[in-house]
Amino acid sequence: MTWRSATVIGLRDETATARTIALTVRDWPSHIAGQHIDVRLTAPDGYSAVRSYSLASAPNSDERIEITVERLANGEVSPYLTKELLVGDDLELRGPIGGWFVWRRDQTEPIQLVAGGSGIVPLMAMIRSHASVGSTAPFRFLYSVREPGAVFYRDELRALSAQGHSLIVTYAYTRVAPKDSPRPPGRIDATLIATGTWPSNLGPTSYVCGPTSFVEHTTDLLIASGHDRERIKTERFGATGERK
Amino acid sequence: MSAPMNYLDGNAAAGELGRIFAMDITSAEGQCTNCGSKSRFAEAHLYVQCPGLVARCALCGHILLRLVNTQQHIFLDLRGMTYLTLNTTQEQEASS
Repeated sequence: MTWRSATVIGLRDETATARTIALTVRDWPSHIAGQHIDVRLTAPDGYSAVRSYSLASAPNSDERIEITVERLANGEVSPYLTKELLVGDDLELRGPIGGWFVWRRDQTEPIQLVAGGSGIVPLMAMIRSHASVGSTAPFRFLYSVREPGAVFYRDELRALSAQGHSLIVTYAYTRVAPKDSPRPPGRIDATLIATGTWPSNLGPTSYVCGPTSFVEHTTDLLIASGHDRERIKTERFGATGERK
Repeated sequence: MSAPMNYLDGNAAAGELGRIFAMDITSAEGQCTNCGSKSRFAEAHLYVQCPGLVARCALCGHILLRLVNTQQHIFLDLRGMTYLTLNTTQEQEASS
Protein backbone atom coordinates (compact mmCIF):
# COMPACT_ATOMS: atom_id res chain seq x y z
CA MET A 1 0.00 0.00 0.00
CA THR A 2 1.58 3.23 -1.11
CA TRP A 3 1.21 6.86 -0.08
CA ARG A 4 -0.98 8.97 -2.33
CA SER A 5 -1.28 12.67 -2.75
CA ALA A 6 -4.70 14.19 -2.04
CA THR A 7 -5.93 17.74 -2.47
CA VAL A 8 -8.23 19.55 -0.06
CA ILE A 9 -11.39 20.63 -1.90
CA GLY A 10 -13.60 21.65 1.00
CA LEU A 11 -13.63 22.41 4.73
CA ARG A 12 -16.71 22.43 6.96
CA ASP A 13 -16.91 22.91 10.71
CA GLU A 14 -19.09 20.30 12.43
CA THR A 15 -18.65 21.64 15.98
CA ALA A 16 -16.41 24.19 17.72
CA THR A 17 -13.60 21.59 17.73
CA ALA A 18 -14.29 19.29 14.77
CA ARG A 19 -13.86 19.93 11.08
CA THR A 20 -14.76 17.90 8.02
CA ILE A 21 -12.09 17.84 5.33
CA ALA A 22 -13.15 16.92 1.79
CA LEU A 23 -10.37 15.60 -0.41
CA THR A 24 -9.96 14.50 -3.95
CA VAL A 25 -7.58 11.58 -4.46
CA ARG A 26 -6.44 10.60 -7.93
CA ASP A 27 -7.11 6.92 -8.77
CA TRP A 28 -8.89 6.39 -5.44
CA PRO A 29 -10.23 2.82 -5.66
CA SER A 30 -13.31 3.70 -3.56
CA HIS A 31 -13.78 2.16 -0.14
CA ILE A 32 -16.16 0.22 2.09
CA ALA A 33 -18.07 2.09 4.82
CA GLY A 34 -16.13 1.80 8.08
CA GLN A 35 -12.65 1.80 6.57
CA HIS A 36 -10.03 4.37 7.49
CA ILE A 37 -7.05 6.14 6.00
CA ASP A 38 -3.66 7.01 7.42
CA VAL A 39 -2.60 10.64 7.02
CA ARG A 40 1.11 11.52 7.06
CA LEU A 41 2.44 14.99 7.83
CA THR A 42 6.12 15.61 7.23
CA ALA A 43 8.05 18.55 8.67
CA PRO A 44 10.84 20.29 6.71
CA ASP A 45 13.43 18.45 8.84
CA GLY A 46 12.04 15.09 7.77
CA TYR A 47 10.20 14.29 10.98
CA SER A 48 6.87 12.74 10.14
CA ALA A 49 3.74 11.86 12.07
CA VAL A 50 1.05 9.43 10.94
CA ARG A 51 -2.52 9.33 12.25
CA SER A 52 -5.50 7.17 11.32
CA TYR A 53 -8.82 8.79 10.46
CA SER A 54 -12.05 7.03 9.62
CA LEU A 55 -13.67 7.88 6.32
CA ALA A 56 -16.95 9.72 6.86
CA SER A 57 -18.18 9.69 3.28
CA ALA A 58 -20.15 6.96 1.55
CA PRO A 59 -18.31 4.86 -1.02
CA ASN A 60 -18.45 6.59 -4.41
CA SER A 61 -16.71 6.55 -7.73
CA ASP A 62 -15.89 10.26 -7.77
CA GLU A 63 -12.38 9.95 -6.24
CA ARG A 64 -13.72 12.11 -3.43
CA ILE A 65 -13.51 11.33 0.27
CA GLU A 66 -14.27 13.08 3.53
CA ILE A 67 -12.83 12.71 7.02
CA THR A 68 -13.96 14.54 10.16
CA VAL A 69 -11.18 15.41 12.58
CA GLU A 70 -11.67 16.28 16.24
CA ARG A 71 -9.07 18.70 17.56
CA LEU A 72 -7.17 17.26 20.52
CA ALA A 73 -5.80 19.84 22.96
CA ASN A 74 -2.29 18.39 22.98
CA GLY A 75 -2.47 16.88 19.53
CA GLU A 76 0.44 16.87 17.15
CA VAL A 77 -1.56 16.50 13.93
CA SER A 78 -5.20 17.40 14.63
CA PRO A 79 -4.59 21.13 15.39
CA TYR A 80 -2.95 21.52 11.99
CA LEU A 81 -5.74 19.64 10.19
CA THR A 82 -8.53 21.55 11.92
CA LYS A 83 -7.06 25.05 12.04
CA GLU A 84 -4.33 25.59 9.47
CA LEU A 85 -5.16 23.41 6.49
CA LEU A 86 -6.62 25.36 3.55
CA VAL A 87 -8.56 24.48 0.43
CA GLY A 88 -6.03 23.69 -2.28
CA ASP A 89 -3.43 22.23 0.12
CA ASP A 90 -2.07 18.74 -0.51
CA LEU A 91 -2.04 15.92 2.03
CA GLU A 92 -0.30 12.55 1.94
CA LEU A 93 -2.48 9.57 2.73
CA ARG A 94 -2.75 5.82 2.26
CA GLY A 95 -5.81 3.64 2.15
CA PRO A 96 -8.53 2.53 2.16
CA ILE A 97 -7.52 0.43 5.16
CA GLY A 98 -9.16 -2.36 7.17
CA GLY A 99 -11.61 -5.09 6.25
CA TRP A 100 -13.19 -5.93 9.62
CA PHE A 101 -15.04 -2.90 10.99
CA VAL A 102 -17.05 -2.45 7.79
CA TRP A 103 -20.67 -2.50 6.67
CA ARG A 104 -21.14 -4.00 3.22
CA ARG A 105 -24.09 -3.09 1.07
CA ASP A 106 -25.19 -6.71 0.73
CA GLN A 107 -25.76 -7.06 4.51
CA THR A 108 -29.51 -7.28 5.11
CA GLU A 109 -29.67 -8.01 8.85
CA PRO A 110 -30.64 -5.31 11.41
CA ILE A 111 -27.73 -3.06 12.25
CA GLN A 112 -27.08 -1.45 15.63
CA LEU A 113 -24.63 1.42 15.63
CA VAL A 114 -23.29 2.87 18.89
CA ALA A 115 -20.96 5.88 18.95
CA GLY A 116 -19.21 7.77 21.72
CA GLY A 117 -18.30 11.31 20.63
CA SER A 118 -16.29 11.44 17.43
CA GLY A 119 -16.67 7.66 17.19
CA ILE A 120 -19.61 8.57 14.99
CA VAL A 121 -17.39 9.08 11.94
CA PRO A 122 -17.08 5.52 10.55
CA LEU A 123 -20.71 4.87 11.53
CA MET A 124 -21.76 7.93 9.54
CA ALA A 125 -20.07 6.39 6.49
CA MET A 126 -22.27 3.31 7.07
CA ILE A 127 -25.41 5.46 7.46
CA ARG A 128 -24.58 7.39 4.29
CA SER A 129 -23.75 4.22 2.39
CA HIS A 130 -27.02 2.67 3.56
CA ALA A 131 -28.96 5.71 2.33
CA SER A 132 -27.07 6.07 -0.94
CA VAL A 133 -27.78 2.51 -2.08
CA GLY A 134 -31.38 2.53 -0.77
CA SER A 135 -30.67 -0.43 1.52
CA THR A 136 -33.67 -1.69 3.48
CA ALA A 137 -31.56 -3.18 6.28
CA PRO A 138 -33.03 -1.62 9.45
CA PHE A 139 -30.49 0.70 11.06
CA ARG A 140 -30.56 1.99 14.63
CA PHE A 141 -28.05 4.42 15.98
CA LEU A 142 -27.38 5.17 19.65
CA TYR A 143 -25.22 8.28 19.82
CA SER A 144 -23.58 9.19 23.11
CA VAL A 145 -22.40 12.77 23.12
CA ARG A 146 -21.34 15.25 25.81
CA GLU A 147 -23.80 18.04 24.98
CA PRO A 148 -26.00 19.23 22.11
CA GLY A 149 -23.23 21.44 20.70
CA ALA A 150 -20.94 18.44 20.28
CA VAL A 151 -23.27 16.58 17.89
CA PHE A 152 -21.76 15.92 14.44
CA TYR A 153 -23.93 15.88 11.28
CA ARG A 154 -27.07 16.89 13.19
CA ASP A 155 -29.15 18.16 10.26
CA GLU A 156 -28.21 15.28 8.01
CA LEU A 157 -29.09 12.72 10.69
CA ARG A 158 -32.43 14.40 11.23
CA ALA A 159 -33.17 14.42 7.50
CA LEU A 160 -32.15 10.80 6.98
CA SER A 161 -34.16 9.54 9.93
CA ALA A 162 -37.22 11.50 8.74
CA GLN A 163 -37.04 10.28 5.16
CA GLY A 164 -37.95 6.66 5.78
CA HIS A 165 -34.44 5.41 5.07
CA SER A 166 -35.01 2.89 7.87
CA LEU A 167 -32.84 4.77 10.36
CA ILE A 168 -33.74 5.44 14.00
CA VAL A 169 -31.46 7.75 16.00
CA THR A 170 -31.39 7.92 19.81
CA TYR A 171 -29.23 10.51 21.56
CA ALA A 172 -27.62 9.88 24.93
CA TYR A 173 -26.30 13.14 26.36
CA THR A 174 -23.68 12.60 29.03
CA ARG A 175 -23.18 16.11 30.51
CA VAL A 176 -25.84 18.52 29.25
CA ALA A 177 -29.13 17.43 27.70
CA PRO A 178 -31.52 19.66 25.75
CA LYS A 179 -34.76 20.63 27.50
CA ASP A 180 -36.89 18.22 25.46
CA SER A 181 -34.62 15.25 26.12
CA PRO A 182 -36.59 12.34 27.62
CA ARG A 183 -33.63 11.39 29.81
CA PRO A 184 -31.37 13.30 32.22
CA PRO A 185 -27.67 13.49 31.26
CA GLY A 186 -25.67 10.36 31.99
CA ARG A 187 -23.68 7.51 30.52
CA ILE A 188 -25.33 4.79 28.48
CA ASP A 189 -26.88 2.30 30.91
CA ALA A 190 -28.85 -0.95 30.75
CA THR A 191 -32.16 0.93 30.49
CA LEU A 192 -30.98 2.87 27.48
CA ILE A 193 -29.65 -0.30 25.86
CA ALA A 194 -33.08 -1.87 26.40
CA THR A 195 -35.01 1.07 24.91
CA GLY A 196 -32.56 2.51 22.40
CA THR A 197 -31.14 -0.56 20.63
CA TRP A 198 -32.45 -3.54 18.68
CA PRO A 199 -33.41 -6.46 20.92
CA SER A 200 -30.88 -9.26 20.71
CA ASN A 201 -33.46 -11.75 19.39
CA LEU A 202 -33.52 -9.89 16.08
CA GLY A 203 -29.93 -11.01 15.57
CA PRO A 204 -28.45 -7.59 14.83
CA THR A 205 -24.85 -6.94 13.97
CA SER A 206 -23.53 -4.15 16.20
CA TYR A 207 -20.76 -1.66 15.50
CA VAL A 208 -19.40 0.20 18.52
CA CYS A 209 -16.88 3.02 18.09
CA GLY A 210 -15.46 5.46 20.61
CA PRO A 211 -12.77 5.86 23.25
CA THR A 212 -11.56 2.58 24.74
CA SER A 213 -13.42 2.91 28.05
CA PHE A 214 -16.67 3.75 26.21
CA VAL A 215 -16.31 0.73 23.95
CA GLU A 216 -15.64 -1.60 26.91
CA HIS A 217 -18.60 -0.25 28.87
CA THR A 218 -21.05 -0.39 25.97
CA THR A 219 -19.94 -3.82 24.76
CA ASP A 220 -20.39 -5.22 28.27
CA LEU A 221 -23.93 -3.79 28.42
CA LEU A 222 -24.83 -5.23 25.01
CA ILE A 223 -23.55 -8.67 26.02
CA ALA A 224 -25.41 -8.47 29.35
CA SER A 225 -28.62 -7.76 27.45
CA GLY A 226 -28.21 -10.92 25.43
CA HIS A 227 -26.22 -9.80 22.39
CA ASP A 228 -23.86 -12.33 20.87
CA ARG A 229 -20.26 -11.19 21.35
CA GLU A 230 -19.44 -12.59 17.93
CA ARG A 231 -21.82 -10.10 16.33
CA ILE A 232 -20.38 -7.01 18.02
CA LYS A 233 -17.60 -5.27 16.11
CA THR A 234 -15.60 -2.61 17.88
CA GLU A 235 -13.26 0.18 17.00
CA ARG A 236 -11.46 1.95 19.80
CA PHE A 237 -9.64 5.13 19.11
CA GLY A 238 -6.74 7.05 20.50
CA ALA A 239 -3.51 8.35 19.08
CA THR A 240 -1.82 5.78 16.88
CA GLY A 241 1.72 6.68 17.70
CA GLU A 242 3.76 5.83 14.68
CA ARG A 243 6.86 7.96 14.87
CA LYS A 244 9.74 7.97 12.49
CA MET B 1 -4.21 -10.26 32.59
CA SER B 2 -5.27 -6.86 33.72
CA ALA B 3 -3.73 -4.19 31.53
CA PRO B 4 -4.48 -0.49 31.61
CA MET B 5 -7.12 0.67 29.13
CA ASN B 6 -4.78 2.39 26.75
CA TYR B 7 -5.07 0.02 23.85
CA LEU B 8 -6.74 0.16 20.48
CA ASP B 9 -8.10 -2.63 18.30
CA GLY B 10 -6.02 -4.68 15.91
CA ASN B 11 -7.87 -2.71 13.19
CA ALA B 12 -5.56 0.20 13.83
CA ALA B 13 -2.55 -1.79 12.64
CA ALA B 14 -4.11 -2.34 9.21
CA GLY B 15 -2.17 0.49 7.58
CA GLU B 16 1.23 -0.70 8.75
CA LEU B 17 0.44 -4.35 8.00
CA GLY B 18 -0.86 -3.27 4.59
CA ARG B 19 2.68 -2.20 3.73
CA ILE B 20 3.81 -5.78 4.15
CA PHE B 21 0.92 -8.05 3.18
CA ALA B 22 -1.12 -8.02 -0.02
CA MET B 23 -4.28 -9.14 1.80
CA ASP B 24 -5.96 -7.56 4.80
CA ILE B 25 -4.51 -9.37 7.80
CA THR B 26 -6.78 -7.61 10.32
CA SER B 27 -9.86 -9.51 9.16
CA ALA B 28 -7.97 -12.84 9.21
CA GLU B 29 -8.58 -15.31 12.02
CA GLY B 30 -5.56 -16.22 14.10
CA GLN B 31 -4.93 -18.63 16.94
CA CYS B 32 -3.12 -17.53 20.07
CA THR B 33 -0.13 -19.77 20.84
CA ASN B 34 -0.71 -19.32 24.56
CA CYS B 35 -4.43 -19.87 25.23
CA GLY B 36 -5.45 -21.42 21.92
CA SER B 37 -8.35 -19.03 21.37
CA LYS B 38 -9.19 -18.13 17.80
CA SER B 39 -10.22 -14.60 16.91
CA ARG B 40 -9.95 -11.99 14.21
CA PHE B 41 -6.73 -10.05 14.36
CA ALA B 42 -8.90 -6.89 14.35
CA GLU B 43 -10.15 -7.91 17.82
CA ALA B 44 -6.70 -8.12 19.37
CA HIS B 45 -5.65 -5.35 21.74
CA LEU B 46 -3.16 -3.05 20.10
CA TYR B 47 -0.65 -1.03 22.08
CA VAL B 48 0.90 1.91 20.29
CA GLN B 49 2.64 3.81 23.13
CA CYS B 50 5.93 2.13 22.36
CA PRO B 51 8.60 2.28 19.66
CA GLY B 52 6.36 0.18 17.42
CA LEU B 53 3.12 -1.77 17.60
CA VAL B 54 2.35 -4.60 20.00
CA ALA B 55 -0.78 -6.71 19.57
CA ARG B 56 -1.94 -8.84 22.47
CA CYS B 57 -4.57 -11.59 22.64
CA ALA B 58 -7.84 -10.02 23.85
CA LEU B 59 -8.48 -13.06 26.03
CA CYS B 60 -5.17 -13.89 27.74
CA GLY B 61 -2.95 -10.88 27.00
CA HIS B 62 -0.22 -12.94 25.33
CA ILE B 63 1.82 -11.07 22.70
CA LEU B 64 0.61 -11.99 19.21
CA LEU B 65 2.64 -9.62 17.09
CA ARG B 66 5.32 -6.98 17.36
CA LEU B 67 6.14 -4.58 14.57
CA VAL B 68 8.91 -2.01 14.68
CA ASN B 69 9.89 0.45 11.95
CA THR B 70 13.27 2.05 11.62
CA GLN B 71 14.57 4.18 8.79
CA GLN B 72 15.96 1.16 6.94
CA HIS B 73 14.07 -1.86 8.24
CA ILE B 74 10.78 -3.27 9.40
CA PHE B 75 11.02 -5.85 12.18
CA LEU B 76 8.04 -8.18 12.33
CA ASP B 77 7.63 -10.76 15.09
CA LEU B 78 4.61 -13.05 14.65
CA ARG B 79 5.49 -15.60 17.30
CA GLY B 80 2.21 -15.35 19.15
CA MET B 81 0.00 -16.83 16.46
CA THR B 82 0.14 -20.46 15.42
CA TYR B 83 -1.61 -19.68 12.15
CA LEU B 84 -3.78 -17.17 10.28
CA THR B 85 -6.83 -18.01 8.18
CA LEU B 86 -7.54 -15.53 5.41
CA ASN B 87 -10.91 -15.17 3.70
CA THR B 88 -10.45 -14.87 -0.04
CA THR B 89 -14.14 -14.28 -0.85
CA GLN B 90 -14.41 -10.75 0.53
CA GLU B 91 -11.84 -8.70 -1.26
CA GLN B 92 -12.37 -5.00 -1.75
CA GLU B 93 -15.77 -4.31 -3.33
CA ALA B 94 -16.05 -2.34 -6.49
CA SER B 95 -17.75 0.99 -5.98
CA SER B 96 -21.12 1.83 -7.43
